[in-house]
Amino acid sequence: MSEFIQQLINGLSLGSIYALIALGYTMIYGVLRFINFAHGDVYMVGAFSGYYLGGWLINSMGMQSSVLLLVVVMVGAMIICALTGLVIERLAYRPLRNSPRLTVLITAIGVSLFLEYSGQVFFGADPKPFPSLIPDRTITYGGLTFTNKELIVLCVTVFLLIGLTFIVRKTKMGMAMRALSFNSTACSLVGINNNVIISFTFGLGSALAAAAGILSSLNYPVITPLMGLLPGIKAFVAAVLGGIGNIPGAALGGLILGVAETMIVGYGDKIHVPPSYRDAVAFVLLIGILLFKPSGILGKGTVEKV
Amino acid sequence: MRSEPIMAPRISSVGSLRLVRQLGALSCAALFLLSACEKGGGASGNSIPVGEYASLTGLTASFGTSSHNGVVLQIDKANTAGGVLGKKINLITEDDQSKPGEAATAVRKLISRDQVVALLGEIASSRSLEAAPIAQQSKIPMITPGSTNVKVTTIGDYIFRVCFIDPFQGEVMAKFALNSLHKTKVAVLTDVRQDYSVGLAAAFKDYFTKHGGTIVAEQSYSSGDQDFKAQLTSIKGSNPEAIFVPGYYNEVGLIARQAKELGINVPLMGGDGWDSPTLTQIGGHAIEGDYFSNHFSTDDKSPVVQGFVKNYRQRYSKDPDAMAALGYDAAGVLLDAMKRAGTTEHEKLRDAIAATKNYEGVTGTITINAQRNATKSAKILTIKDGKFHFVETIAP
Repeated sequence: MSEFIQQLINGLSLGSIYALIALGYTMIYGVLRFINFAHGDVYMVGAFSGYYLGGWLINSMGMQSSVLLLVVVMVGAMIICALTGLVIERLAYRPLRNSPRLTVLITAIGVSLFLEYSGQVFFGADPKPFPSLIPDRTITYGGLTFTNKELIVLCVTVFLLIGLTFIVRKTKMGMAMRALSFNSTACSLVGINNNVIISFTFGLGSALAAAAGILSSLNYPVITPLMGLLPGIKAFVAAVLGGIGNIPGAALGGLILGVAETMIVGYGDKIHVPPSYRDAVAFVLLIGILLFKPSGILGKGTVEKV
Repeated sequence: MRSEPIMAPRISSVGSLRLVRQLGALSCAALFLLSACEKGGGASGNSIPVGEYASLTGLTASFGTSSHNGVVLQIDKANTAGGVLGKKINLITEDDQSKPGEAATAVRKLISRDQVVALLGEIASSRSLEAAPIAQQSKIPMITPGSTNVKVTTIGDYIFRVCFIDPFQGEVMAKFALNSLHKTKVAVLTDVRQDYSVGLAAAFKDYFTKHGGTIVAEQSYSSGDQDFKAQLTSIKGSNPEAIFVPGYYNEVGLIARQAKELGINVPLMGGDGWDSPTLTQIGGHAIEGDYFSNHFSTDDKSPVVQGFVKNYRQRYSKDPDAMAALGYDAAGVLLDAMKRAGTTEHEKLRDAIAATKNYEGVTGTITINAQRNATKSAKILTIKDGKFHFVETIAP
C-alpha cells in the first residue's frame, strides 16, 4: 500500500511539471485560438537562462544555494523568456494575424525547430548539469519520501493556477483577453488594442514556460537544447485532456498524465505492458479523449453553427 | 566631369556563348578532378588517410570527444616520430552527432570521398553496428575503441575492437558483487534502448544466478528519460542489497539522485558507460560509494600509462578517461599493424591487425583473438569525493 502511495506521489510530482507547461499552452490557445508548438522550446530557453544565470550568480557573485537564489534565477529567466515570447510573436506570428490558422500552426512548428537548433549552435548539443539552486532536502514520513523540490513544484503550480485564474477573471487585462478570444473584431471596435493584449498573453505564457523550465531542471538537473520536445508534446496532450483553453483543466490534465505514466511504469509488468511504453500513455489518453469527449474533461462543448 | 557608365562587355553571338559555357563546364570538371586527385590519392600520396567517426556533439559527446583526443594524441606522436612507412598519417574526423543514421553517413563519406585506408570508431555499440557493415562491404579495416556489444565484431572479418565485450563486463560485475561486496540479492535496471545496456544486464543475470545470487527485481527505462522514480519505487519494494544499472552517465546520474531521494541506500553498480566527469556533476553526493567496471585507471603505476597520462594532461589540461585511453590504443594497434604489414593495402593490413599479440597498450596488454576481440582484464573503480578511484583488477 505504501508503495502505491509513493507511486502516487511520484506521479503527482511528475504531473505538476506537465501541468505547469500546460498552463502556458492553454492560456495562449484560450486567447488566440492557436496552438503554440514553440512553447516547449521556450521552456528550454528558460532552463538555459537559469543555467547561465544561476552559474554566474554562484560562481561570480558568490551566492549560496538558497530560496533567494532560486527566486532571483526564476524571475530572471521569466523576464528573459517573456521577452523571447514577445519577439517571437512580433516577428513570426503578427505578420500572419489574418492568415489561415494552418499557416500560423506551421509557422509555430518552424519557430520550434528554429529554437531547438539555434540552441544546439549557441549552447552546444551536449547535456549540461543544472546548478543546484536550493539545498537538497528529503522529507520522510511513514515510509514515504518526497523532496523539497517536488513540494516547491507543486506549490508553484497551484499558486500560478490561482494567479492566472485571477488575472483572467478579475483584472481589466483579463477581461480584454476574454473579449479578444470571443470576438477580436468587436474587441477592436470598442477600443481595445488587440496587439497589446496578444503581446501580453504571449509574454505571460512564455514566462510560465520559463518557470516550468527552471522547476523541472531542479528536479531533473540535466538540460539539453532538445529537452523541450517531449515535455512540450505531453503538456499539449495534458492541455487537450483537461479541455484546451481551460486553465484549471490544463493543471488537472497534467496531473492525470503524470500519474498515469508513473502507474504504467510501476505496475505495467503486471499487465504485460513494458515500462518503455510510458510515452505512449500520453497518446493513448489523447486518442481516448478525442474519441469520447473532444472538448476535454473540463472543457465546454461548443455547438458548431452551420 | 560626367563619367560615362561602364558597360559590361556583351557576348553578341550565340556561338561564343555556347563556347563560354563549354569552357566553363570543362574547367569545372577539371577543378573537380584535380581536387579529387588531391584528396583521393589514398596511400599513394604523401600521407596515409585514416578515417575516424565519433560523437563529438550530442548525447554522448563526452565519450566521443575523449576518444577523439586519444586518437589525436597517438597519431600526433607517430607523426612527430617521422610517421609510419615513411609517410605522415592524415586523420580525417567526422562528427556523427550521437544520432542514429549519422554514423553510416559519416563512414560512407570517409570511404568514398576521402578514401581512407582504415576506420576508427565508434564508442556506442549501436552506432558501430550501423557503420560496420559498410566498412566490411568496402573491405576497410575498422577498429572500434569502445563498442563492447558482442555483435559488433561478428559483422565481418574486417571489424576489430580493442576493448572487452559486454558478457565479460557483465560477468566481472557479477563476480565483484558476489565475491568482493558479498551481495546475493541484486535488482537490475536496464536501458532498453541501448544494445550495450541490454547485453550487460543479460550477462550479469546469467553469471549471477548461476553462482548463487538472486535477481530480486528487473526494471527498465529508455535513454532520454528523466524520471525514474516509478521504477525505483518498485525496486525498493523488493529490498535489494545492490542495484545493477548498466546505463550511460546522464541517466545514471539522475537515477542515483532519485534513488537516494527515495531512501534507497544500497550501492549502485554499472559498466564503462558511467565513465564521464558529467556523472559526478549530475549525481553529486548521491553517486558516492558506487562501483563500475572500466578499461583504464589513471591510478595505474605502469610507465606506459603514466607517460600517457602525463602527455594527455599536458595537451588537454585534464585527466584522460577510459574512452581517451581506448581511442589512444585503437589508433596504436592500427599504426602497429601498419608497421608490421609494411603496407596499407586493405587485406594485408587486416591480417596484420588480426595478428596483434601482446601489444602494450594503456588499457592493458592487448591480444586480438579469433573473434577479433581484445582479451584483457577489467578494472573496478569507485566514486569518492567526486573522483574515480581504483578498487581492484578482475582477470578474464
